[in-house]
Amino acid sequence: MDRKKEAQDKDMGRRDFIKKVAVGSAVTAPLMNFQIPIVRVSLDELLQKHFKEMSEEEKKRVIERLEKEHRERYGVDVKIKTTEPLKGVVWGYALNIKRCIGCRRCVYACVKENNQSRASPEDPTVGEIHWIRVVEIEKAKIEPGTEGTDFRTKFGDVKVGISLEEGEHYYDPEKVPEKEYIYIPIQCQQCEKPPCVKVCPTKATWKEPDGVIVVDYNWCIGCRYCMAACPYWARRFNWTWPYLPKDEINPDMHYLGNRIRYRGVVEKCTFCIQRTREGRYPACLEACPVGARKFGNLLDPESEIRKIIDEKRVFRLKEELGTEPKFFYYMD
Amino acid sequence: MRNFVQFILYSLRIALSGNSKYYAWLASLLVLVIFGTYSYLYQLQNGLIITGMRDQVSWGLYISNFTFFVGVAASAVLIVVPLYVYNYREFEYIVTFGEFLAVSALIIALTNVLADVGRVDRLFHMFPIIGTPNWPDSMLTWDIIVLNGYLLLNLLIPGYKLYKKYMNQEPSNWIRYFILLSIPWAISIHTVTAFIYAGLSARPYWNTALMAPRFIASAFTSGPAMMILVLLIIRRYTFYRKYISDKAISTLTQITLIAMIINLFLLLSEIYTVFYSATVHQISLKYLFFGLEHDGKLYAALTPIAWISVLMQVTSVGLLLPKRTRQNFKALALACALNFGGVWLEKGMGLIVPGFVPTPIGEIWEYMPSFMEAVIVLGTIGWGLLVYTLMLKVAKTIEGKQNLPEE
Ligand code: SF4
Ligand code: SF4
Repeated sequence: MDRKKEAQDKDMGRRDFIKKVAVGSAVTAPLMNFQIPIVRVSLDELLQKHFKEMSEEEKKRVIERLEKEHRERYGVDVKIKTTEPLKGVVWGYALNIKRCIGCRRCVYACVKENNQSRASPEDPTVGEIHWIRVVEIEKAKIEPGTEGTDFRTKFGDVKVGISLEEGEHYYDPEKVPEKEYIYIPIQCQQCEKPPCVKVCPTKATWKEPDGVIVVDYNWCIGCRYCMAACPYWARRFNWTWPYLPKDEINPDMHYLGNRIRYRGVVEKCTFCIQRTREGRYPACLEACPVGARKFGNLLDPESEIRKIIDEKRVFRLKEELGTEPKFFYYMD
Repeated sequence: MRNFVQFILYSLRIALSGNSKYYAWLASLLVLVIFGTYSYLYQLQNGLIITGMRDQVSWGLYISNFTFFVGVAASAVLIVVPLYVYNYREFEYIVTFGEFLAVSALIIALTNVLADVGRVDRLFHMFPIIGTPNWPDSMLTWDIIVLNGYLLLNLLIPGYKLYKKYMNQEPSNWIRYFILLSIPWAISIHTVTAFIYAGLSARPYWNTALMAPRFIASAFTSGPAMMILVLLIIRRYTFYRKYISDKAISTLTQITLIAMIINLFLLLSEIYTVFYSATVHQISLKYLFFGLEHDGKLYAALTPIAWISVLMQVTSVGLLLPKRTRQNFKALALACALNFGGVWLEKGMGLIVPGFVPTPIGEIWEYMPSFMEAVIVLGTIGWGLLVYTLMLKVAKTIEGKQNLPEE
């Protein structure tokens, strides 16, 4: 092992230690290096309260500890916010599928902004995590006739269509877009009636007043019930510790958003709450080269997103399940 | 209190003494337990990445086994009801087999949950007072409540009766209320477990009202089948032979047979409805029985398991229907083994996994348990069998000493 690599290993601290054990001798190492999980988890972390039950004082202490954890584990100074939701706002997203070219720039902007795990060069089991999946569907497969059915929602009428069963999200042609295909980027739809929240046995995931579904990564027990319940395959599980090179970490973090996740918990898109609660757009929207993505306040009748719902041909995914997504797809 | 301590010590002594065959059996179970525990520690250290599960199929062998053994636990009620409600005395002697089977099956079920969660150190988050249980919304919260309640009931009832026998006293009347309570409770544990899956509109394969009835039917056939196997083994290899009457076994056989026929009938209804209407919802069932084709590649890892399972179940019915084979203990044992194995395959790989294939956005991804994962599951089964053996040994020795049923 050369010098540089050694230094890197030190930087990554605990995560790397664990990983090295995993890769190392599979027979003797586990017994020799085994620590009781209670020990590996600090008492402080173990006894931490549910985010919504913490006082401001407690929150501050927890944030301090978390920032320290980030420093020790990843060697970066981060700022973890607990910005409250804006008053009188419910976020909604709209995506123009006639414009989307399937370039996946949003996917990678999201990975970067939200500190998702990257593929580890040393450990093949540590892979990339993507919150946005772009599904490619043959134009011919969009069911004709289904677009005409109106659904009344509290934010305007929408139409149904598109069966995802025939989709492909590993498409990899030389050049996108391909002519006979359309692209449907799918991320958490921030359902108004989220099945994932209903099923969670610990209330570790909930709907915030601004309509965004969040996860307390310090409260989730990793049962993965929410993953089974989500009709949009929007949730990801940390099967192992995420891998993040030091210089690729986004230090502007939110407790309920893009702080680095633990092994054994779920994560998902939050419409970038670390940005939107400060009046900025989500990273995916800014990355889109064709302007297919629109974002705004659903409660404001004058907002761009409400105009789109009123004026364009709009549909939501799997309308028949009654999840009431706040993610709208539209066509010019 | 002192009596109770003595009772416990006495029980321990019985549990740990026996002939060489008994020790050999215990040792082999211990081996399973040790390998399982070792693998579990390995998983704690390295995370669930060592399993075959991924985001596409996020529940696998652990949850499958959990589901199956909850069913086995529920079936104890089939001995309790005839005995305590209909006063069917033939079951007097074997009722402890049922109650302890429930305890052991629950131990297996619950340890599988422990193996499945990503953060076992935070499990207390789902308990009242110390955590924030999502009650009544989450079926998993319900399930943990009813499973633990059922576990306590099935420890209390036989434990109390044994203690009284040890003290040479008649059990007081209040225990009857707990026995009666255990009957609906048994149904509830399996119903709630079925509801975990049936309530998910995201998974059309599970989202059927037939789910709970099918769960109960398959539990009520595989549970007694397991019990018959245990009784046959005990009759053959131990000296308790004369207490297990042919009549008790034949009653159990009938229960197994009827429940299996109902189970197959429900399966047929499911298959008919799904395939005849041929909506997109048929795709998971199609995956299970025929495999799915995608880009010229056939994905059919579960197909052999599905067909073998059906074949096993049908053969067991074939063996149990004619009187001649039904009353031949060798054929009976084979039928019960086929029944148990068939239901295990169906509930194990056939029920949970296809619900995830394809994923809600159309990806076909095949799950196969990893070696470590399988060893952990074997370890949990080892735990269950170990507890079962020890408890039965104690129960039967105390009962045999102090309450010999007349010949
Ligand atoms: S898309 Fe899935 S994860 Fe997002 S709110 Fe809806 S059910 Fe929950
Ligand atoms: S994995 Fe976490 S967030 Fe999802 S249901 Fe379980 S505890 Fe809740």
